[in-house]
Amino acid sequence: MTAIANNAFRSFLSMLGIIIGVAAVIIMMAIGQGSKQSIRAEISKMGTNIINIRPGARQRGGVRLDPSAMQTLKVEDYEAIVNNKKYVTYVSPEVTASGQCIFGANNTSTTMYGESLEYLDIKQWELKDGDCFTDDDIRKGAKVCVIGQTIVEELFSNTNPVGKNIRFKSIPFKVIGVLKEKGENSWGMDQDNVIVAPYTTVMKRLNAQTYFSSITCSAITEEMTDNAIDELTAVLRENHKIREGADDDFSINSQAEMMDTMSSTMDTITVILVVAAAFSLLVAGIGIMNIMLVSVTERTKEIGLRMSVGARGIDISNQFLIESIMISLTGGILGILLGWLLTLAANAIGLPASIPAWSILVSFAVCTVIGVGFGYFPAKKAASLDPIEAIRYE
Amino acid sequence: MNNGQEKKVVIELQDVRRDFKVGDEVVHALRGVSFKIYEGEFVTIMGTSGSGKSTLLNQLGCLDTPTKGEYYLDGVAVRTMSKSQRAKLRNRKIGFVFQNYNLLAKTTAVDNVALPLMYNSKYNARERREAAIEALKAVGLGDRLEHKSNQMSGGQMQRVAIARALVNDPAVILADEATGNLDTRTSFEMLVLFQKLHKEGRTIIFVTHNPDIAKYSSRNIMLRDGKIREDVVNTNIQSAADALAALPVNQDD
Repeated sequence: MTAIANNAFRSFLSMLGIIIGVAAVIIMMAIGQGSKQSIRAEISKMGTNIINIRPGARQRGGVRLDPSAMQTLKVEDYEAIVNNKKYVTYVSPEVTASGQCIFGANNTSTTMYGESLEYLDIKQWELKDGDCFTDDDIRKGAKVCVIGQTIVEELFSNTNPVGKNIRFKSIPFKVIGVLKEKGENSWGMDQDNVIVAPYTTVMKRLNAQTYFSSITCSAITEEMTDNAIDELTAVLRENHKIREGADDDFSINSQAEMMDTMSSTMDTITVILVVAAAFSLLVAGIGIMNIMLVSVTERTKEIGLRMSVGARGIDISNQFLIESIMISLTGGILGILLGWLLTLAANAIGLPASIPAWSILVSFAVCTVIGVGFGYFPAKKAASLDPIEAIRYE
Repeated sequence: MNNGQEKKVVIELQDVRRDFKVGDEVVHALRGVSFKIYEGEFVTIMGTSGSGKSTLLNQLGCLDTPTKGEYYLDGVAVRTMSKSQRAKLRNRKIGFVFQNYNLLAKTTAVDNVALPLMYNSKYNARERREAAIEALKAVGLGDRLEHKSNQMSGGQMQRVAIARALVNDPAVILADEATGNLDTRTSFEMLVLFQKLHKEGRTIIFVTHNPDIAKYSSRNIMLRDGKIREDVVNTNIQSAADALAALPVNQDD
């Protein structure tokens, strides 16, 4: 141990590899964990009981390009779901149209969502001003809409838009309500840059289509999501007359499922990053082995002396093992501190990062293993020296 | 040695041979060496280089084992012992003093002297320190306990090394050219110390190529070509202290 102190600078340099390696592993794990937590939080804010039905089979491997497969969700499906719902509370078919929206001299590019009344309940969106459209509007395909805050800012410069007429793709729509501001979601998408209109209006007057691009539902509770999915699958399979054993021509995703997918994707990314960082630990271990070998050669005479005065091989190898463990563990502790500082820095610049407690334990364990593993060979070399030759070594 | 009946045998060699293979040839470094050394003797082993002196020292120090023959140290047969058994034996029975001191660098005198006791589980840290201080006092370094090895003169370093050889209360002290690196005056100071230890009853084996040292020891074994050429008891032991006093003072300062 005094050898470490006597060669402080050299010991520090070989420690540096461990310090950087451990810090890298810690910060990678912290960012992985932090991002995962923030994405989970974001998704659950969007409602974990939301279920999305899309036309076409769930894509596995290849992409299906049959256009007819994309038109399988029809009004009948929507009605069947509404009529048979047990685990599902709200249902809204969705048809979207993107285009230019004009009011007076202002214009903005946006997406119009054709939905049912229940859409706002599913998304848990609230109105700031005015009202939502009614069943009557849906039946008639009325040219009315509810707009998000971004549209208000772009077109109305924050004057009250309720009751005004805007033009979307040259068709006039009457603004009857304004949505509360929701901000960006975790993918950076502006959730306020939306126009919600009756789905019948978008289908017939804008797109002239007879199918939906998707159907959004909400389960009674998050726990009931799986039951709701089963229920929806059964209804749609019956409606589409899909035989037993044949593939669905639609796919159902729940927000909870999506959360799991996102989590496991984040886990995979974290693992890749941590493995990359772990390689630097391997390199650091080799560095320690190198310095220990130098130390053994340099201290051959000392080893010879120790053996002469009664040190056994195991005493000598223990001495060097303890030294290498000390170097790697001290490096590990400094690395954890550095990783922690980097995590604080990451938080300060807005990166979500939180150190999982187990990663510290793992770092300690890994450092001990490195100390023993890479110290073993030099220690064995030291222990196998012949005291007669060692003490005469110059 | 006619009074062998009364004195305890510390070292006994019976026809010890040691062969080395150098390439295809076999070198016979020791060709059958036998002698007994009794407790309280101060023996010089002399010989020119190539006489087998170093090989004999390695045998006596249990650093090596004989190819043939038996070596008993304090009654224990060494030849059949394992490496770690011999390490333990060295730790308990032998005190080494080397030509170039072999102190641990940047380490205090006390810690250097305590080193052999680190490998003896019977001693705890406090006992190690106490034993080391006592040994340092015995060699006249009671006032330099915390001096580091690089802050000492050659003579002081060799005193620390002798203290280290004493600390485990060994059966025999093995000195290998212990005055070889020192000037005349300091060499005599060391001999004075060895004679003092001899008077206190220590068994000392002093390996050297310097014939002058034989005058101050109680027995002289001369090696040549791996065999004992001469083994004589010195009846006229000279005092190293007198020799030191007779040295001209200005020679060293």
